[in-house]
Amino acid sequence: MIEFKMPSLGADMEDGTLVEWRVKSGEAVKRGDIIADVDTQKGLIEIEVFEEGTVDRLVVKEGEKVPVGTVMATIIPIGALESSRKESVQVKAVSEVKQKAKTQITTEPAKQPLKEGSIVSHKHLKISPLAKRMAVEKGIDLTTIKGSGPEGSIVKKDIELAAKTKEESHMEASEEKKEIASRGIRDAIAMAMSRSNREIPHFYLETRIDISKALEWLKETNKERELKDRLLSVVLLIKATARAIKEVPVVNAYWENGLQLKDVINIGFAVSLRKGGVVIPAIHDADQKSPAELMTLLKDLIPRARALKLRSSELSESTITLTNVGEGNVDKVFGVIYPPQVAIIGFGNIVEEAWAENGAISARPVIHVTLAADHRAIDGYLAGRFLTALKHHLQNPETL
Amino acid sequence: MNTKTTLRITYREALKHGLREALINDDMVFLMGEDVGRYGGAFAVSKGFLEEFGEDRIMDVPLSESGFVGAGIGAALGGMRPIVEVMTVNFSLLALDQIINNASTLLHMSGGQINVPVVIRMNSGIGNQLAAQHSHSWEPFYAHVPGLKVVSVGTHEDARGMLLTALESPDPVIIFEYTSLLNMESEIPLDSGAMDIDKAKVRREGKDVSIITYGPGVYKALAAAEELNLSGIDAEVVDLRVLNPIDNETILTSVAKTHRVLIVEEAWRSVSISSEIISRIMEHAFFDLDAPVQRLCGVEVPIPYPKHLEDASIPQKEDIVNSILNMVQYD
Repeated sequence: MIEFKMPSLGADMEDGTLVEWRVKSGEAVKRGDIIADVDTQKGLIEIEVFEEGTVDRLVVKEGEKVPVGTVMATIIPIGALESSRKESVQVKAVSEVKQKAKTQITTEPAKQPLKEGSIVSHKHLKISPLAKRMAVEKGIDLTTIKGSGPEGSIVKKDIELAAKTKEESHMEASEEKKEIASRGIRDAIAMAMSRSNREIPHFYLETRIDISKALEWLKETNKERELKDRLLSVVLLIKATARAIKEVPVVNAYWENGLQLKDVINIGFAVSLRKGGVVIPAIHDADQKSPAELMTLLKDLIPRARALKLRSSELSESTITLTNVGEGNVDKVFGVIYPPQVAIIGFGNIVEEAWAENGAISARPVIHVTLAADHRAIDGYLAGRFLTALKHHLQNPETL
Repeated sequence: MNTKTTLRITYREALKHGLREALINDDMVFLMGEDVGRYGGAFAVSKGFLEEFGEDRIMDVPLSESGFVGAGIGAALGGMRPIVEVMTVNFSLLALDQIINNASTLLHMSGGQINVPVVIRMNSGIGNQLAAQHSHSWEPFYAHVPGLKVVSVGTHEDARGMLLTALESPDPVIIFEYTSLLNMESEIPLDSGAMDIDKAKVRREGKDVSIITYGPGVYKALAAAEELNLSGIDAEVVDLRVLNPIDNETILTSVAKTHRVLIVEEAWRSVSISSEIISRIMEHAFFDLDAPVQRLCGVEVPIPYPKHLEDASIPQKEDIVNSILNMVQYD
């Protein structure tokens, strides 16, 4: 039996609220299937499953808020025949875990102020049978309603009022939800960045790269492309970074009880939100994608990131971060590492600068690249090699 | 020009009209009971019938409930259509063996060969200072027995028309009539005739709360509903009419409409008709309820003789009004 747990979508995530199950008990699932929507500080996230099998039990109920690591569902692995005895043991274990999770929440009231409703309450809710039925039909969250009936019970009138309010503020609500989500992101960033600066001994390196060849190459290749298929310079930055990582893999790692090198190169691409805040969706296997494929991917990823509609794997599987200040007048950025990663690469704006080469000075389009690295994991020598490799690849765009 | 379409009539007269029509309609119909002939009926319902229909059809019987109810059952078995009047429900206990062991079971015991088309009328209810032994409400007893159709006459129209339909039944029918209503006047349609004995009836349409009742509770509930209407509360009044078998549909439809229920009955509270109605609402309409079902019943004491205590022992209009005001106070 596989336990499907509330995933951690980053170091800053403590819990998530299950909004909707996308699967039913008995349904077959395979790797990559979206099985649930979970509301987190980073918006409504589609949660993927990484095993193949049959959904056994949906343990967590819709609307329930549970800490990271809580068993949400059990999945019978493909081909496995569960004896009923084994299963009952499993179920017991699951419920114990769940119980533990509940206790954990309830015994930490300080962290969960005024959110009684989202906690699984053992207290019986006084509600008339009719009101209960209506609440289900109208999709009313009972925990937000104050009963006006006998003994403070929730009655028909209360549900009708709530339904009316819900309907009236439907548009507002969706706006509000986004607002709350972005406020949540603020908190999440604050937590992650504070932890980073507290725990990670950062050091910084910087180099300038003559990017004229790359721009020339882009210009040529775009000539042959339809307007909609044209490439932006950012895909070259991503691709060159991926190549450099292959040469100096130490930057592509987690620091969790020591250095853990990552086999895959998933570049977290920082996307700023219009309302403030940043999300960092992963570009999976960036080294294996062509610049054109990367362009297509970004066109899908960036709008979804801005709408806070990312998948769990996109939020949780970055192995290194790339931040790019993009257009404007800023020519350098020194990042703060996103734990447990060990490096963040910062690209400044492309600016025209005086460039000395072969005893002559000329004007060149230049990009400033920085690397902020975790000194627990990386030393100056390897960090320098990484930037050198990056420079080399950016100057040979035709090989990317 | 004054074309009257209704008739103002007492409950007693309504009973009498129905009885007379039954006797006229069918020669096989006859009335037997204590004092029904020469005395004109203990409650004067059959006054003048002896002269009109003769001794064969209006039969005075000895004070022996078991004996004459048994005789009535026998007459029914023999092909007659007897109307047996048991003066009051209080004395019917003496005839229970005949009613339960013979009338209600013979169809079953004979493998369907013998049916018992007897109609047994009883006066019932509380409110005439007849003291504990003569103030019983045994509707729940009779409604408990399979094989008996039990009806409760709560209105003038039913007083006029239920007997006629009961006489068409191939099986025993127990009719509860109410002493406290005898002198009460009401309007009934001029052409009022046979009334069904299958369905409960909504006596007053309303949307805020259902008052489910029978017998003397019907007019009390209607009066209470009118008073509540002044306070803007729209109560629906359901007259059960048939206590066995109970008509679920009408009850459940009303509950689905108002979502709140008050049951009113004069019989003692525990193991009563109201108990049964509440069970059925729980079984079939739980998710239509917006409030716990409430009931007003007879106080579980021997019914007292003094007027004020007797009045206090059963639900009155004011009690119904107050209960409902209490139920809707959160609106």
